[in-house]
Amino acid sequence: MRIACPCCGERSLDEFVFLGDASVMRPTADCADREEAFHAYAYLRRNVAGPCDELWFHAAGCHAWLVATRDTRTHEISAVRLAHEVARERDTTRGASGS
Amino acid sequence: MSGLGETKPFRLPGGSGIDHTKRIDFTFDGVNYTGLAGDTLASALLANGVRIVARSFKYHRPRGVLTAGSEEPNALVELRTGARREPNTRATTTELHDGLCASSQNRWPSLKFDILAVNNLLAPVFVAGFYYKTFMWPAAFWERLYEPLIRRAAGLGRGADLADPDSYEKANVFCDVLVIGGGAAGLMAALVAGRAGARVILADEDFLFGGRLLADHKSIGGESAAQWAAQAVAELDQLPNVTLLARTTVFGVYDGGTYAAIERVSDHLASPPVHLPRQRLWRIAAKQSIVAAGGTERPIVFGNNDRPGVMLAGAVRTYINRYRVAPGKRAVVFANNDDGAATIIDLTRADIDVAALVDARRTTPAEIRAIAATCGVRIVNGVVRDAEGRHAVGRAQIVPYDGTPFTEQCDLIAMSAGWNPNIQLTTHLNGRPVWDEARVAFLAGNRPPGMHVAGTAAGDFSLSACLASGARTGAAAAIATGFDVTAPEVPRASEEATQITPFWQVEDARHKAFVDFQNDVARSDIVLAEREGFRAVEHLKRYTTLGMATDQGKTANVSGLAILATLTGKSIPETGITTARPPYTPVALGAFAGHHRGKAFKPTRLPPSYAWAKEQGAEFVEAGLWLRPSYFPRDGEIDWLQSVSREVEAVRNAVGICDVSSLGKIDVQGPDAAELLDRLYTSSMKALKTGRVRYGCMLREDGMVMDDGTVARIGEHHYVVTTTTANAAKVYQHMQLAVQWLWPELDVNVVSATEQWAQYAIAGPRSRALLQRIVDPSHDISDAAFPHMQAGALTVCGGVKARLYRLSFSGEHAYEIGVPARYGDAFVRRLMQAGEDLGVVAYGTEALGVMRIEKGHVSGPELNGTTTMRDLGLDGMMSTKKDYIGRVLADRPGLTDPLRPKLIGFRPSERTKRLRAGAHFLPRGAAATAANDQGYMTSVAYSPSLGHWIGLGLLIDGPSRVGEVVRAHDPVRGDDTLVEVCALPFIDPQGERLRG
Ligand SMILES: [Zn+2]
Repeated sequence: MRIACPCCGERSLDEFVFLGDASVMRPTADCADREEAFHAYAYLRRNVAGPCDELWFHAAGCHAWLVATRDTRTHEISAVRLAHEVARERDTTRGASGS
Repeated sequence: MSGLGETKPFRLPGGSGIDHTKRIDFTFDGVNYTGLAGDTLASALLANGVRIVARSFKYHRPRGVLTAGSEEPNALVELRTGARREPNTRATTTELHDGLCASSQNRWPSLKFDILAVNNLLAPVFVAGFYYKTFMWPAAFWERLYEPLIRRAAGLGRGADLADPDSYEKANVFCDVLVIGGGAAGLMAALVAGRAGARVILADEDFLFGGRLLADHKSIGGESAAQWAAQAVAELDQLPNVTLLARTTVFGVYDGGTYAAIERVSDHLASPPVHLPRQRLWRIAAKQSIVAAGGTERPIVFGNNDRPGVMLAGAVRTYINRYRVAPGKRAVVFANNDDGAATIIDLTRADIDVAALVDARRTTPAEIRAIAATCGVRIVNGVVRDAEGRHAVGRAQIVPYDGTPFTEQCDLIAMSAGWNPNIQLTTHLNGRPVWDEARVAFLAGNRPPGMHVAGTAAGDFSLSACLASGARTGAAAAIATGFDVTAPEVPRASEEATQITPFWQVEDARHKAFVDFQNDVARSDIVLAEREGFRAVEHLKRYTTLGMATDQGKTANVSGLAILATLTGKSIPETGITTARPPYTPVALGAFAGHHRGKAFKPTRLPPSYAWAKEQGAEFVEAGLWLRPSYFPRDGEIDWLQSVSREVEAVRNAVGICDVSSLGKIDVQGPDAAELLDRLYTSSMKALKTGRVRYGCMLREDGMVMDDGTVARIGEHHYVVTTTTANAAKVYQHMQLAVQWLWPELDVNVVSATEQWAQYAIAGPRSRALLQRIVDPSHDISDAAFPHMQAGALTVCGGVKARLYRLSFSGEHAYEIGVPARYGDAFVRRLMQAGEDLGVVAYGTEALGVMRIEKGHVSGPELNGTTTMRDLGLDGMMSTKKDYIGRVLADRPGLTDPLRPKLIGFRPSERTKRLRAGAHFLPRGAAATAANDQGYMTSVAYSPSLGHWIGLGLLIDGPSRVGEVVRAHDPVRGDDTLVEVCALPFIDPQGERLRG
C-alpha cells in the first residue's frame, strides 16, 4: 500500500504507523454520562465495509498525523489530509453546533 | 565427444536458442553429462536421453519432463550440494552452467529401482482424504508412527542443513509502466510505451526474452519470430527509459500499484561472484502494469498420462524449436484444439515420426486435415485411452470414436487440452476470474487499478492478436501516465488456427489418470471426493490436495474443476475456481530476509559512551534497539553477580556513573505547554515551578499506565520530559497525536531530543563532589541552590552547555546531567578521570536494576500494560482537579476492584534462597492451581546492601499482608520457595540518602 503524505508525497506503507478510526471523537471531561462516552471512545468501533477515515502517523517521515480515507474492501485510498487541519475543521463545526 | 560441441542422439542441428559450439559439463545423480550453452537442465537431460528425472510425491511413480517452463510439476530436483543445496527446483527453468550438480528427489535407492514405489501398489490406501481417514486413530500413533512414516515416504527434497553462505538483497524501484512477461505481447507493449517515453520495466522469468516467440515456428513481418524478438530486445535495450529485468519473476501484486519480483542474479552461475547477491527481491511501485504472462497448457487426463514421454504439446515444440532437442523418436499427438497441427508440423520438420494425430474432437477442421495430409500424418478422431510402458512410454492405446481400438508404438505422447491464460497476478487483490465459453478458459475479471492484461494472458491465442493487444495496452498505459502515443504500428504475423472444443478426460482409462501431477491427485480421487460429498471446489481442493503443491496447480486446477463439474452436472462457472495467491512461483526465504540477518536483523543504536564502555570491557545488553552496558567486569571477579554487587556498593558508598542517554527525551515548548502536559500526565504539571522536576505517569485512555518518567520545567513555556527507553517512540507519537489531533487549539510544539543529548546519571554520596569538579565555578550546585528535584541549564568543562537535573532512581543523592551528544564520549572520560580519587565507578543496567528494586521503584516489568496506578501504589499522583487521558476509565469498577493484585516487596523466608521473576504466588498450603493464583513476581535482584535476594511483585491485597508468608511457585523452572511479604522500599525508607 502507498500513502500520499501531503508533506512528503507518495510513500510506502512501511513508513507509517496505523492508529485506527478517525471518526471517533474524544468526549469532553464535562460531558453527560462520561463513563459511557469514554467507554465508547476507547472500545467501540464500527466495522465499515467501504470508505473509512483512519489515522496514520508518518513515523519515518515528517511526523505528521494524517487522516487517510481508505476503502476497507479494496484498500484504495481516496484522500489524505493533515490531521490537524481536519481537527481544526471538526472543532470549528463542533464549536458552532455546540454554541 | 568431438571438439567443443557435443553429439547426442536426441540433439537436433541448427537453431538460435542454443550455441552448438559451447559445451557445458554437468552431473545428474552423480553421472557426468554434457549440454550446450542456452540449455536448461531439462533440455540437456532430454538431449542426453534421460527420461526419468524424478519420483512422484505420493506413489513414487517414475516421472519425466512434462513442460518447458515454471509450471513444471514433475521434474523437481535438488540443486547443488552442502550449504548451497536447494530442493524442489524445476529442471525446466534451471539454466545450465558448467559444474552444475543436480540430483533427483523422492527416490531410494535409485530413480530406476525405487523401493517406495510399493506405494503405487498400495494406491487404494492413498486415496483422497487418506490423511484424514487412514491415520485417524489411535491418536498416539500419529506422532510416533504415521507422521515420520509419511514424511519419509512423501517428502519433497531436502533443504540445506547449513547456514546459507550467499547474500540476498532488496531493492526498490519506480516506473510508469511495468510489463510482466517478455513474449510477443509484452515486447510489443514495452516497445509502444517505451517509444512514447514512459519509464518502462520489462520483467521476464526466463533468461531470454521472447516467450513463445522462441518456442514456436512462426513469422513476424517476414522474418522468424525469434529474430523479431531479438530485434525488439535490442531496441528496448537502447532506450534509456526502459529497464530489462531477465530472470525476474513478478510474483505478487500488492495495494497501491506495488509489485514484488524476484531476480535470480546468480543462480545460473556455479557460485555468486564476489559482491553480487544470489537473488534480489524487487519492490516495484508502478503507476500502470501490463500482465503479459502468457499461458499454461493443460494436460489431458488419460491413463498413465504421467509416464515419462508424455509431454505437453507446447513443450514438445519448445524443445524442438528453441533447444533443438527431440523429445522422442516416434510420437502420438493427442489434442482437442488446432495446436495439434502446429505440433505435427514441428515434429515432422525435426524428422520425428508421427504415428497419429489423435483429435479429441468429433470432426477435425479442413485446414488441419490439410496440414496433416501435407505432413503425411494420419488423423484419428478419438482418444488416447492409456499410455503404456513400465518406466516410460512405449505404446499408446488409441480408441477411435468410430472404429476399433488399436495400439501404436511410440516413445512420445504430445498432449494438449488447450491453454489457461496466466491470470494469477490479476487475482492477488481479490480479482475473480470469469469463464469464457468460446475460449474454453478463465479470463481476468475485475482487476486492480492501473492493471492491463495482454496477449495469451488475456485469451489472445494467436500471434497477431497477441501483438495487437500488446500494442493496445502499451499505448493505454503510456497515455494513462501522461505520454502521447500515436496509433502504434503492429507488425504482421503469420496466420494460424486456434479453434478448440472442450475435452478434459478419458473416463474409461485402464490406468491411473493424473490431474495434479505434483501432488499425485488422480481422476479417481476427484470421483471419490465427489461421491463422499466434497462437491465445492474449495472442499475438493482440501480433501484431495488438488492444486496445493508448490506449483499451486498451474497445470491441474482447471482440469480438476472441469472434471468435478462433469460429475456434478454443473457448469464450470457454477463450479467456480480456487484463488491463486502470492508467490506466483516459490521464493526463497533468504530473499525475503535480504541483508536483515544476524546482527543486521535490526538497526543497532549505540549510546554516546559506547566506545569508552567497550574499552572498559563492559558486557552489553539489548534494550530495544539500544546496546547498553549491563555491567563492567573487573579482573579477578568470578561472575556477573560479583561485578554488579561491587557497582551497587560503590554507588551506595561513593559515586557511580551510568549512561542513561537511551531514555526518551522530548522537548515541549509553547504558551500551552503546561496545559498539554496537564492533559497527558496524571499529576499537575501547571503547578510545577520553573527550575523544578517532577516524576510523572501517563495513562492510556483505557486507564492502564502507559509510561512513566520525569517532567522538568526549564522555562515558563519550556519543559523537557523523559520516557522509558522502551516507550520513547510510542510516547512521542502519543504526544504528537495530542497536539495535532486531540487538541489542535493548543499553542505548543513537541520534538524528540533523545539523540541530541548525551545524558549520564551521577549517583552516590560523593556525586556532588564529583560534579563540582566538572561544573564551571560560576554555577552554585549546593543543596540550598540546587536541592533535590531541581533542574537548570549551566556550563561544564569550561563553557560546554549542559542541563543538570537533581533526581534519583537509585535512592542516593544523585543527578542526571545532559551535554550535547557530540561531547558524550569526551564527557564520560572526563567524569571518570575527575572522580578517580573519589572512588568513581561506571555502572550498568544490572546495578541500576538492583538499586531501583531496593528502592521499590517500578520499571518495565511492572509497567507492563496491564497495571493501573492503584495497582502500583501510585494513586496519590492521580489528580482529581483536572481531566487527563485515562482518568475516566481508570475509575471503572474493574480497575478499582480492591482484589486486584498490588505492588509489594518480597524476600525469601530462608534468606539464602534465590528468587525468580515470573513465579506465581499461592497461599501457603494451597494447591498449585489457577484458582488459587494470587499474583506474580515481577522483578528480582540480589541486594548487596541486605545480603539476600529481594523481589517486587503484584499480590492480591499485598500492602495489607506485610509479614505474611506465601508460596512463590515457578513450575517453569521447577522452583517453589516460601517468601515473606515486606514493605517497600527495602532500604532507606525515610529517603535520607536522597537529600543528604
Ligand atoms: Zn510525511
